[in-house]
Amino acid sequence: MSRTLETLAPILLVAVLLGLWEAACRLTGVPAYFLPAPSAVAAAMAQDWALLLGSAWKTLSTALLALAFASLTACSLALIISTNRLLEKAVQPLAVALQVTPVVAIAPQVVIWAGLAHPDRAIISLAVIVAFFPIFSGALTGLKSTDPDLERLFDLYGATPWQRLLRLRIPSATPFVLEGHKVAGGLAVIGAVVAEFVAGSGGSQGLAWRILESSNRLQTAKTFAAVIVLSLMGALLHAVLQASEQAILRRFRGR
Amino acid sequence: MSVVASLIAAEVAYPGRGTVLGPFDLALTEGEIVALVGPSGCGKSTALRLLAGLEQPTAGTVTRTPERGQTAVVFQAPTLMPWADARTNVALPLELAGMAKAKAHDQAQEALKAVGLENAIGSKPAQLSGGMAMRVSLARALVTRPRLLLLDEPFAALDEITRRNLADDIHRLWDQTRPAVVFVTHNVEEAAYMAQRVVVMSANPGKIAGQTIIDAPLPRPPGFRTSEVFRNAAEDVSRDLAKAMGHVQ
Repeated sequence: MSRTLETLAPILLVAVLLGLWEAACRLTGVPAYFLPAPSAVAAAMAQDWALLLGSAWKTLSTALLALAFASLTACSLALIISTNRLLEKAVQPLAVALQVTPVVAIAPQVVIWAGLAHPDRAIISLAVIVAFFPIFSGALTGLKSTDPDLERLFDLYGATPWQRLLRLRIPSATPFVLEGHKVAGGLAVIGAVVAEFVAGSGGSQGLAWRILESSNRLQTAKTFAAVIVLSLMGALLHAVLQASEQAILRRFRGR
Repeated sequence: MSVVASLIAAEVAYPGRGTVLGPFDLALTEGEIVALVGPSGCGKSTALRLLAGLEQPTAGTVTRTPERGQTAVVFQAPTLMPWADARTNVALPLELAGMAKAKAHDQAQEALKAVGLENAIGSKPAQLSGGMAMRVSLARALVTRPRLLLLDEPFAALDEITRRNLADDIHRLWDQTRPAVVFVTHNVEEAAYMAQRVVVMSANPGKIAGQTIIDAPLPRPPGFRTSEVFRNAAEDVSRDLAKAMGHVQ
């Protein structure tokens, strides 16, 4: 099969599905609040593009800020914990408990703690909580997954703990940390959107608010438009993180 | 000849596995190449780790005259840092000992030249063949000019031609500074080719089952592999090994 055809196949599939959807809406005359036709969604996007882009930027910048903050705290905490086995044992159950708690379950309380006047703070905090764990567990696993023979070599040459950390453990952890960031990037967007939903006020003008607003008004085409922008944004972020991961790893391993 | 390192009635026992080595005696004199041969699990690598100081004996004594940094180990795998180029990998022991980076890198470059890798100085391990990576590992071991060089089955993952070339290279490099060498292998011919003295070990627990002295010059002269001395030595080692395996069964 030719390469062009392979590239075209998913686009073709989407085009066919959209065509079927459009035809079904027109033929059955289903009401637009129940299922808008793709043309109506496209019209809503064309009409509101400035507003949608602004909201997308709001959500994306929240997610990126959360990712940066999560990266800093998760990496530092993993570094500290990796130096002490007892500390690691002590922290692990707590970390797991916090990790398996759905973010929606703690969101209302975080909104109250952040102050009802500051939904932004709550949204960032919740996105940080969600993005924290993949980076934290990636870094911790990475710091402990050094080649045992390399560890022996460092023993043999009398490396100090500091030399071992800088020259062996941190470089060994790099691929794991990068993978953690890739996963965390997607989760940060989800965390930001969930938090915007729970905060549920116009104080945050992110994409979740666009979705809430339009669905409350039964403007389903606008809801679809916002959801599409959201998923495109998530895909874009994932692609950027994946490409950076691969580029860094290529440089790191020399191929 | 003075003794560089020795194991005196050394024993190693692990919880749940009992005694895996010993009592075991081995003395290495200056500039000597000794091969340790034996079946899997006979404690060859354990004996090597004792000599390196990477493990402590449960009973008995380990003596070692070289100071820290004068003992080098080459493991079965090249054990290189995948993120660092060949020169940085080779410079590691020097930098860990506190040498300035520029000087350490200069010396690493010389060591890489000595193993024939002057063109791979900036290459990362993933860009090297198995044989080249092993040479980098060897250069890293030799860069500190060790007095005791411990080789733990360094040829295990290499093809026959690469093994033979590397064996001659090790002899050539050994000849420059003449460290005491322990070479662990389970290949009889390789042991007879590499060493002046081949110690055969039996398993459960690891003990000496026999010893063969090979009276031939080092580095080996051309054609040594087809010589009578080599054939006889290999036969003697084989006989010891058969005896050692008999002890197992």
